[in-house]
Amino acid sequence: MQAKELELYIHLPFCVRKCLYCDFLSGPGYDQDRYLDALIRELERYREKAADFKLRSIFFGGGTPTLLTIPQWERLMSAVKEFFVLEDDCEITSEGNPGTIDPEKLACLREIGINRLSLGLQSANNKELALLGRIHTFEDFLTTYEDARAAGFGNINVDLMSGLPGQALTDWLTTLSAVAELGPEHISAYSLIIEEGTEFGKRYANGIGLPDEDVEREMYHKTKEVLAGYGFTRYEISNYAKPGFESRHNLGYWTGVPYLGCGLGAASLFGGFRYQNPENMEQYLKEAGSDALIKDKEIWDQKTQMEERMFLGLRTMLGVEKMAFLRDFGASIESIYGDVTCKYKGLGLLRETDTHLQLTDAGIDVSNVILADFLL
Amino acid sequence: MGQIPQENIRNFCIIAHIDHGKSTLADRILEKTGTLTSREMQEQVLDNMELERERGITIKAQTVRIIYKAKNGQEYIFNLIDTPGHVDFNYEVSRSLAACEGAILVVDAAQGIEAQTLGNVYLALDANLEIMPVINKIDLPSAEPERVRNEIEDIIGLEAHEAPLISAKNGINIEEVLEQIVTKIPAPQGDPDGPLKALIFDSIYDSYKGVIVFCRIMDGSVRKGTKVRFMATGAEEEIVEVGFFGAGQFIPCEELSAGMVGYLTASLKDVRDTRVGDTVTEANRPCAQALPGYKKVLPMVYCGMYPADGAKYPDLRDALEKLQLNDASLQYEPETSVALGFGFRCGFLGLLHLEIIQERLEREYNLDLVTTAPSVIYKIYKTNGEVLEITNPTNMPDPSEIEHMEEPFVSAEIMVTTEFVGAIMKLCQERRGVYLGMEYLEETRALLKYDLPLNEIIYDFFDALKSRSRGYASFDYEFKGYVKSSLVKLDILINHEEVDALSFIVHADGAYERARKMCEKLKEEIPRQLFEVPIQAAIGSKIIARETVKAYRKDVLAKCYGGDITRKKKLLEKQKEGKKRMRQVGNVEIPQKAFMSVLKLDTE
Repeated sequence: MQAKELELYIHLPFCVRKCLYCDFLSGPGYDQDRYLDALIRELERYREKAADFKLRSIFFGGGTPTLLTIPQWERLMSAVKEFFVLEDDCEITSEGNPGTIDPEKLACLREIGINRLSLGLQSANNKELALLGRIHTFEDFLTTYEDARAAGFGNINVDLMSGLPGQALTDWLTTLSAVAELGPEHISAYSLIIEEGTEFGKRYANGIGLPDEDVEREMYHKTKEVLAGYGFTRYEISNYAKPGFESRHNLGYWTGVPYLGCGLGAASLFGGFRYQNPENMEQYLKEAGSDALIKDKEIWDQKTQMEERMFLGLRTMLGVEKMAFLRDFGASIESIYGDVTCKYKGLGLLRETDTHLQLTDAGIDVSNVILADFLL
Repeated sequence: MGQIPQENIRNFCIIAHIDHGKSTLADRILEKTGTLTSREMQEQVLDNMELERERGITIKAQTVRIIYKAKNGQEYIFNLIDTPGHVDFNYEVSRSLAACEGAILVVDAAQGIEAQTLGNVYLALDANLEIMPVINKIDLPSAEPERVRNEIEDIIGLEAHEAPLISAKNGINIEEVLEQIVTKIPAPQGDPDGPLKALIFDSIYDSYKGVIVFCRIMDGSVRKGTKVRFMATGAEEEIVEVGFFGAGQFIPCEELSAGMVGYLTASLKDVRDTRVGDTVTEANRPCAQALPGYKKVLPMVYCGMYPADGAKYPDLRDALEKLQLNDASLQYEPETSVALGFGFRCGFLGLLHLEIIQERLEREYNLDLVTTAPSVIYKIYKTNGEVLEITNPTNMPDPSEIEHMEEPFVSAEIMVTTEFVGAIMKLCQERRGVYLGMEYLEETRALLKYDLPLNEIIYDFFDALKSRSRGYASFDYEFKGYVKSSLVKLDILINHEEVDALSFIVHADGAYERARKMCEKLKEEIPRQLFEVPIQAAIGSKIIARETVKAYRKDVLAKCYGGDITRKKKLLEKQKEGKKRMRQVGNVEIPQKAFMSVLKLDTE
């Protein structure tokens, strides 16, 4: 029997300091060893359940995963390899922040099998970095980037953020070009989201000080244009890659590949359910390794699958494959969503090719309105 | 329970201006007589509609039976019938009064007599009730009980020197009130052996028991198995249960006899068989003549009510039917709107009545409603001699066919402390009021008299009155008559499509102002759409105001990965839910509250 596809996400919530815009479950001051103990207990419980699966990707996300020490990294990775079967070409990504990785740690990451590095830069402008509460400068990033190349990383992503407080279009284009010029394989360019409960949420709740919508959208539209000049293609709303370097792990999320999320607050899609780990650290440490860990379990039924196929699939520029929908659900997109597709095609926000249904550029700008209509 | 002699029954209600402490006194009476212990007692037991408690007003009459052992050693049965306090519900008040022999008049020791106090007193006097004044809130620092005592004597002409000085809130002097109920309020004097004659003063629909009829037995008696006739409708049924009103519950008993207040149930199939005001008698031994009942009240304000979900139309019809059962002043008939689909044109006594019915439909019947702008009844004299009465602006004929129009006016009395007289006069002028005069009731309080067009007070007059007098003004009005007036129909176009539910009739002089304000308000209420949406106000084909809702440029989630999917889906679901509460007019989604928002345009 052929092994089924599975992805593994491992959350490492450690940070030197909380960034001002960040609403992830992460922060300084956690006991890394105690956390790893719990994480490994959790991973071990999947040994049997995931026996029929092969991991096509692993993603170490944060927080700042690169805050793990070399012995901690070795311990974690050997546990993963002990409990799971990996595909030969498994994509293994770690996020990391400049200023937390030296050449020795980079060599270790390569050594244990990490083959893709995702660096959180956000801006090439040191003033903007300070405003965001980042712990590094652009120069720190350049050092890390060069070190990573020297260590043999051939697949690097750089995270950038547009729409920052006080940012002008030219500021953003400067960052974009500076980074594209370096020649990473992948760029994630996000519009800043002001999240409740963050420092930015307090400061910018009323939107004052942020670029207005027109400027913000122009930044977005120019991003595609500028990056195209450097050989990048936009393949998802906020993701750009050189050919063949699209993130396999993230594409899995948008196309319904099952995944296990391990660690604090991590979410899983597995065994016909979506579920989530607790978001409270003490609770996580206590429950990891037991059935009690699993929270908010929801059945992943056909209706949910159809909805997700559409609202996640349409995030990708390729869109939703019509034949695959028909094959998997026994009904055409047309028969389920005819009214909705007709309406938005009419408004020029959706487009149909021979094989796919996809958002147009104008559709991306207002995609929430469209995607909401695909909920049944 | 054995027969209770009528001499030991007291049927009374409590009347008061809003906030003067009517419900609190009722609570205290229940507590002192042990009908409820204070621990059992929820705050303000009698206001048992959720809505009533929230607004601090009584809408429906509530009734409770109390046993009181008086100082003379005898036990008395008190039937306390709580009454609504608002002018819109005078009709309800008069219904309740007809079941009583007396009324406790509660007057606030600081505020004294208010417009509503007077209105209710006159109703009680009309019903030949013995009025027993009580001065409440005597423990307030601003209390002036002696001044208020004089006011009661001077303004109302009631003997008040024995009026108990109480604090309902703090339980001061409640015993005195109880004793005076025994000594001052007359006992009922029905004929216990005569043919049954009972007045229906209220009824409710209960999904288990069916229609529960609240009645006052005037003569005779009724028990389980009695075959009764409802005199107005002629319906005959056997009684299934009789009983009285415990605090918040129905307590079955053997028999209700002359002088008593209680309820009865029969296997009534049609809610319309039991009309409030009708007389119940024995089928085999009917009384000679029905009780006079109540004078029919006519609705003054109309609006369209539509289910937000068109499929709920039959539910709305059923709910209106049930509400009408105990609120005969509510009228409705089916109508259709291009924007809103199938609904009903409903008639109400006033704007508060309208709001209350709307809220009851939403809460008690779980209906989501869209309500159109309220309208009064306009008289249209056409050039061909025809006279139309319209309650829906959509039905207004082409201006070329109209010879002239008339609108209803009311005579209004506004009581206000002197410092706000200027502000209130300005308000009345803005609302096309005709000043009739002003009286100083005393140094600090004045009574303003105006004739006002009804259509100027059905929108937000109450709110404006309260805000411009910091809550000190009170207001009462009665219908005066029709007056010739220069009126125009204002239409609202959204994205170039006329929205019939937003049309309304307005005085020509105020049309531009209102058109401008409506467009501004709608611009606030209508969310940005995928394209630019013009909002226009027009008289005939002439556009007189315009606003534009800009298209939105951005609504996109930058990130959505494995950990976000559930949360992001919830956001999209919320967005979709929001859409459901919108009305589709052409390509534009209009939130349902936009239809109501245009009613509150007072900006001062």
